[in-house]
Amino acid sequence: MTDVQLKNMTLNFGPQHPAAHGVLRLVLEMDGEVVERTDPHIGLLHRGTEKLIEHKTYMQAIPYFDRLDYVSPMCQEHAFVLSAEKLLNINVPIRAQYIRVLFDEITRILNHSLQIAAQGLDLGATTPFLWLFEEREKLMGFYEAVSGARLHAAYYRVGGVHQDLPDSLIDDIKEWLSGFDKIIEDIESLLTDNRIFKQRTVDVGIVSAEEALNWGFTGPMLRGSGIAWDLRKSQPYAVYDQLDFDIPTGVNGDCYDRYLLRIEEMRQSANIISQVLEKLPSGNVIIEDSRLNPPRRDEMKYSMEALINHFKLFTEGVRVPEGEVYTAVEAPKGEFGVYLVSDGSSKPYRCKIRAPGFPHLQGLDFMTKGHMLADLVACIATLDIVFGEIDR
Amino acid sequence: MYEIMIKKLYRTFWFAILGELISGMYLTLKYMFKKPVTINYPFEKGPLSPRFRGEHALRRYASGEERCIACKLCEAVCPALAITIESEPRKDGSRRTTRYDIDMTKCIYCGLCEEACPVDAIVQGPNYEFAKETRPELLYDKEKLLENGDRWEAVLSKNLISDKKYR
Repeated sequence: MTDVQLKNMTLNFGPQHPAAHGVLRLVLEMDGEVVERTDPHIGLLHRGTEKLIEHKTYMQAIPYFDRLDYVSPMCQEHAFVLSAEKLLNINVPIRAQYIRVLFDEITRILNHSLQIAAQGLDLGATTPFLWLFEEREKLMGFYEAVSGARLHAAYYRVGGVHQDLPDSLIDDIKEWLSGFDKIIEDIESLLTDNRIFKQRTVDVGIVSAEEALNWGFTGPMLRGSGIAWDLRKSQPYAVYDQLDFDIPTGVNGDCYDRYLLRIEEMRQSANIISQVLEKLPSGNVIIEDSRLNPPRRDEMKYSMEALINHFKLFTEGVRVPEGEVYTAVEAPKGEFGVYLVSDGSSKPYRCKIRAPGFPHLQGLDFMTKGHMLADLVACIATLDIVFGEIDR
Repeated sequence: MYEIMIKKLYRTFWFAILGELISGMYLTLKYMFKKPVTINYPFEKGPLSPRFRGEHALRRYASGEERCIACKLCEAVCPALAITIESEPRKDGSRRTTRYDIDMTKCIYCGLCEEACPVDAIVQGPNYEFAKETRPELLYDKEKLLENGDRWEAVLSKNLISDKKYR
């Protein structure tokens, strides 16, 4: 008997791999087909957002937040405007808060439908992808109706939202909502009991509750392990405390549980949307304060003072009092936080962004240890990583 | 006890006859006979809202005089620094731009220029089909922007009027 020394194979996965969800590059240490170690290499989509924001006024910074996690743009704008509002110590009109919740939940459905579609596609199911993209198309139509852009909305403003909802939009959303339950049902009947889907997801990528906490997981990754932690309930922002919804949790913390959880979250979001549409109060959609927001166009064209304010706000911007603040929202992927330091000028001194995907990606190594290479794909899909926010 | 047995038996039977696969395939088959949701793109187009932020255009007054007064507010507010403006007083004494360039490759279509413009000169119109074959073609100058304005004026003014009460 001779001793055979076998060296593990190092395999490069990505950054152009179609299952890598963007520009993820993994260096895998493989023992045959079993993954021994996963080493994510990030930074391929680094654009220096945090530094760029230091040179932009608060209004100019908003479009940058759309481009972080480009699957859930409006939730991130929400985190930024909340932090600026906290520094300015202002109260947002109640209608604006309802509109924000409405679009946060639309965003959640947008994000989860992409995640489930992509997870299905990665595991060999093409049909849910096509059906869910049809839904996404309609939702992006709502985005376009309010903001003018299908994805990078730049709709939230410090002190409210940019423009009021167009007249027909509420009816359109109601009509869409009435058919949405049927779509989820159909997706579920294709995936939930499907033996191939279950073989690929059940007991794959298990995250225990303790591990999830230790690695700083948030969102569905944490709730999938059985911890009912949701910022919308634990520290409600906007008008979430006035709405009735449930926080679904998983049991086993595997990919299958997280899939079921996301399906349930979409149902809860649809429920929140219908509540918001019923409760939507009338009133302003943006705070009426000439120091904070540009005047209405009619006024600007006839009033000298309004015109001066208009010029001041679009060149210099809003001066935000000195201080530092951290606000977080429950973005579809987890806790999205913005830590803002202001030195009293009209530009942030520092803007640190806490992206939920970053800790999740760190957990990929322990989740995939001992799994087959094909299970790695299921794990990447369930992490729901988007490189815009990880690399920033 | 008896009920659980029945349930288990049913599930085993359902599994054995490939139940969930067949019911899933039946569902997709049903979808096949639905009216397709796709559109025949270059010939059919989806709806656009009046707020759509597409290709830029510089508008004129009804008299043919260009609206832009070179206040440079759009240049100041542009987060991507895509707009470059130079200006001089014209022979008749009015202030107008001598150069108005938008680098469409830098532009992020955030709509802040349109929001900032005090005279509704620079607008983002409904055109999204302006892909070009070379990069220099996307560096728009004043001539090109005014031409866009003339070409799309009917739609642009209609959109501005229909959205007026929200602005």
